[in-house]
Amino acid sequence: MTDATSTPGPMDAPAVKGSLHVQDARTRKRNAAEARFKFYGLSAVAIGLVFLVVLLTAIIGNGVGAFQQSFIAAQVYLDPARLDKAGDRNIEDIKKVSTFGYTPLIQQAVFDKVTELGIDTPFDDAKDMKALISASAAAIVRDEVIANPDLIGQTVEFRLLAASRVDGYLKGRVSRDSVARDKNIDAEHLDLVDALRDEGIIAKGFNASFITGADASESRPEQAGLGVSILGSFFMMLVVLGLSLPVGVAASIYLEEFASKNRLTDIIEVNISNLAAVPSIVFGILGLAVFIQFMHLPQSAPLVGGLVLTLMTLPTIIISTRASLKAVPPSIRDAALGVGASKMQSVFHHVLPLAMPGILTGTIIGLAQALGETAPLLLIGMVGYIATNYPEGLAGGFIDPNSAMPAQIYEWAKRADPAYYERAWGGIIILLVFLMTMNIIAILLRRRFERRW
Amino acid sequence: MPVFWLALIVLALAAAGFLAGRVRALSSGGGNIRNLHSLPAYYGWHVALMVLVPSFLILIVWLLVQPVLVNNAVSGLLPDRAVSEDTTLGLVMSDVRRVADGLDAAVSAGAMTPDEAQSIRSEFTNVRDKLGSVGVALGSDVSPEILSAAQKYRGMTATGRFWMTVVVLAAAVGGFAFALRRTSAGFRARNVVESGIRALLLGAASIAVLTTIGIVLSLVFNTIEFFRLYPAADFFFGLTWAPSFGGGSQLGILPLLWGTFYISFIALAVAVPIGLFAAIYLSEYAGPKVRAMAKPLLEVLAGIPTIVYGLFALLTVGPLLLGIFGGQGLGWMQAGTAVMTAGIVMGIMLIPFVSSLSDDIINAVPQSMRDGSYGLGATKSETIRQVVIPAALPGIVGAVLLAASRAIGETMIVVLGAGAAARLSMNPFDAMTTVTAKIVSQLTGDADFASPEALVAFALGMTLFIVTLGLNVLALYIVRKYREQYE
Amino acid sequence: MYDAVNTEQSVQQTDTKISARNVQVYYGDTHAIKDVDVDIAGNTVTAFIGPSGCGKSTFLRCLNRMNDTIDICRVEGLIELDGEDIYDPKVDPVQLRAKVGMVFQKPNPFPKSIYDNIAYGPRIHGMARSKADLDEIVERALRRGAIWDEVKDRLDAPGTGLSGGQQQRLCIARAVATEPEVLLMDEPCSALDPIATAQVEELIDELRQNYSVVIVTHSMQQAARVSQKTAFFHLGNLVEFGDTSQIFTNPEDPRTESYITGRIG
Repeated sequence: MTDATSTPGPMDAPAVKGSLHVQDARTRKRNAAEARFKFYGLSAVAIGLVFLVVLLTAIIGNGVGAFQQSFIAAQVYLDPARLDKAGDRNIEDIKKVSTFGYTPLIQQAVFDKVTELGIDTPFDDAKDMKALISASAAAIVRDEVIANPDLIGQTVEFRLLAASRVDGYLKGRVSRDSVARDKNIDAEHLDLVDALRDEGIIAKGFNASFITGADASESRPEQAGLGVSILGSFFMMLVVLGLSLPVGVAASIYLEEFASKNRLTDIIEVNISNLAAVPSIVFGILGLAVFIQFMHLPQSAPLVGGLVLTLMTLPTIIISTRASLKAVPPSIRDAALGVGASKMQSVFHHVLPLAMPGILTGTIIGLAQALGETAPLLLIGMVGYIATNYPEGLAGGFIDPNSAMPAQIYEWAKRADPAYYERAWGGIIILLVFLMTMNIIAILLRRRFERRW
Repeated sequence: MPVFWLALIVLALAAAGFLAGRVRALSSGGGNIRNLHSLPAYYGWHVALMVLVPSFLILIVWLLVQPVLVNNAVSGLLPDRAVSEDTTLGLVMSDVRRVADGLDAAVSAGAMTPDEAQSIRSEFTNVRDKLGSVGVALGSDVSPEILSAAQKYRGMTATGRFWMTVVVLAAAVGGFAFALRRTSAGFRARNVVESGIRALLLGAASIAVLTTIGIVLSLVFNTIEFFRLYPAADFFFGLTWAPSFGGGSQLGILPLLWGTFYISFIALAVAVPIGLFAAIYLSEYAGPKVRAMAKPLLEVLAGIPTIVYGLFALLTVGPLLLGIFGGQGLGWMQAGTAVMTAGIVMGIMLIPFVSSLSDDIINAVPQSMRDGSYGLGATKSETIRQVVIPAALPGIVGAVLLAASRAIGETMIVVLGAGAAARLSMNPFDAMTTVTAKIVSQLTGDADFASPEALVAFALGMTLFIVTLGLNVLALYIVRKYREQYE
Repeated sequence: MYDAVNTEQSVQQTDTKISARNVQVYYGDTHAIKDVDVDIAGNTVTAFIGPSGCGKSTFLRCLNRMNDTIDICRVEGLIELDGEDIYDPKVDPVQLRAKVGMVFQKPNPFPKSIYDNIAYGPRIHGMARSKADLDEIVERALRRGAIWDEVKDRLDAPGTGLSGGQQQRLCIARAVATEPEVLLMDEPCSALDPIATAQVEELIDELRQNYSVVIVTHSMQQAARVSQKTAFFHLGNLVEFGDTSQIFTNPEDPRTESYITGRIG
């Protein structure tokens, strides 16, 4: 049967001739191709890692500034003639004095400082100090006075919030070239800022109010903080946790332990795997149409945001929960059934506790995903709302209009003033710190309770 | 918050029912657990579930249905002249609701007595100012029709709420009594409770189906509404996207689809080669140490929220590209936001997605296949290129389709990085916009939900949903077939 | 049919093709192969037998350095092919494996056409100068694999569509297509039914005319049927090595006898 091959043809020569210790030309070429291919793979990994480094560098480099803020130290004389004309320290009268009443006093205080230090400056009027001080400074002084009316008549040391341009100049964001066309501040003021900085009057300090504070209007980036939207995110996460964990676990138990193989189960399973891949914006449309248009739930409420994010995270949680339930070996179930427990008892007494660490890990990862999600929140009105007020009480936390961390960051990124970009990057740092913490908890949980059967 | 209190009362009843059921079962068994069919706690749970489940079901359904019914009843009562030419029923009804909410707020703030709120006449009182004083801002003066509709709305809502409370409490108490009467030593409480719990578990599992139904219904109804106002042919085949809220909008989807696919294409052109090669390197070449380091680090890219990528595109990559391809450089680019900007950043986001999916798929190729190739004297790269990749190809195609579906549905990166102008252009450095970006821009802001300019977002959402769903179903099918092949 | 051409090669039967001296193999901390010395002759079928886990497959995989693909595996000692140390750093395992082909326990055709399965080796080694060359190589390999008649009409069909026995003969044909000098077979019939096994055994006997064949097998009957030399491994040691007839009829070591008579293993 092999006659045809019995005469050795020209191609009968073996693939490799001669000594193994000498590489032939073809092998060398093939090895070069091998090295090239390996190099492509390594470069791909390296490129991926470089992107990660660039991204993190951009975030940290641009965002760290938000955690620092420039303040002007000044002794403000709280003139009774202006703040309490009647002189009887009646709190209602004092409240009637608006921030306009305080502004001249603050400007005077800074101007006095400049004169006292003998700084050479073309300005001769206290009003010229306006460009240095944040418009919010007066409100802060006013709040202090209303809280403590006895201060009136005294000279009190305040750390006044510097204007955003001054802050930017000290952080290097605003340069002398860039102020040429800026009507908020001019080069002479920057000279003054330089002098005051040398004297230690204007200095940068830790910006706690960025983490705890509320959002501010478009023109006052120096005052804007993330605190209120952190609360908004917190209440949303409470809703997500409170709904998606029990519902997700119940659904997974049903599908994994009880569901018989029938059409309904099939439909549910296909549904879940497809829902997991539906774009998040579609969940936003669902939230808008069902929760707001149809059920008339309040717009911008963390409750609604939480509901939408719950529907979005449920598939993720169900998928990971089912995986943890599957990982519990059948022998455990058999053991429980063998001693006469019902199916339900074997699941709730034995399988579920054993699967719990895995379920919690999956839930935390699902929550982290929900915490960073922005697109659906845009549609249910959590953007565009200026979160200047803290929610009142527990119920208010769920119902009062609020923003959420990623929505607030998006809002800042859209504003025209570059000072807000710094806030947006800073907000990302805070968001990533939260996400990192959640992921680390998940990893620790997995490590701590990981079981090999 | 009366619903809150109602729920609390029902919960308290359930807790009491739990204790009562337990006690009654025990006493009917003569105090000896051995005489009972089930453990005492099951008798407790039986009563508690009988209290909770019917009453909460009624509560939820009532809360969902009542606003719709009241809305329909009130809008039926509105005289025709209240709905004038330049407005729609939907708009008027939202005014009615706002006034009604305002009256509620005024009553709870003490600015009005409940009677006043029901009898107030806009002919005699300036309702707008009055409501303004308690913090409810109205866009215009309140017409008598709207005010009276609002008062009816409040009245019907209050009546509904009252009956809801009665019915829910009745259901709770009835369930309590019924369950308690059934409770005796011989009653098979465990079986009843377990089938109840099983039904609840099934209910939880059906929420996924309900969500899908919700998505489909909300898209379909609003899309039909949109096509009633705007011809479907113009929507699907129109080459211009120029919405104007004054009317006369041109709402063609083609420029948006073009932008979407162009950006997704660039994203995949970045993510697929890098992700695939990274997966190949990590699964076939890298030692365990490198893999243990590089894999989680790459996956960090997947855990970063998309808003971060959006900002990265807008503030870092855009200006960088503008420096190279913009006016100072090659002059191809007008602004930082462009197809290229969004595409590259989206590609970065998708790298770990592609690489971890491909990694799974490459690992599913049996080792015997590689051995067969090595045994013939093939090098590693020859084995990968000519045996592993062809064997894994269906799975990889599935992974790429999933990544494409991700790219098409991605919102934040394009909202911030791609620009807002809808145009049909070949230049990847032009600003373009996508379906998702336009859904956001048409539905945020103060658009009136009844106008075609807002409703078009639902038609866009429908298109997006169908396209991504189709890709997912196809990809999952391919991947499943692929896995079956090696199982 | 072959005899006329191959008498010359039969004469060389005693020439040593592969010689192993003092070979040790470690898997991590496990000492899997201990002090193995063996000489494998050309144009001979050598069978490795022994109970499961005795190291016969591990040793086989050392002969073409397939163990290199396992990270934790370490080989010591000297293995020479035609007098050249195959673990010398200068040796490229790729070149070695072209000379020492391998057939595996489970048939593992590539998910390609039958033609491409066979052409894969010749292509990567650059053995064909033209399409016609390649066609000829493929045909010859399929004939040597005793499967040509069954597949000649469907060379474009996927190799995975064949039956188990056909797949294994395809894999053998694929291995001989690169014209190796030695053919290693790791339990090539364990996944096959008796009829397919008989076909493959017949094939192995034919292959001896051109190659030195080393076969690992679980079945003593198979070893007795196909091999001229037999090596008995036990717990990582080479217990006995000699002519097959002698091993099966008159073993020197009591352990060999126990195994052959079915008392261990």
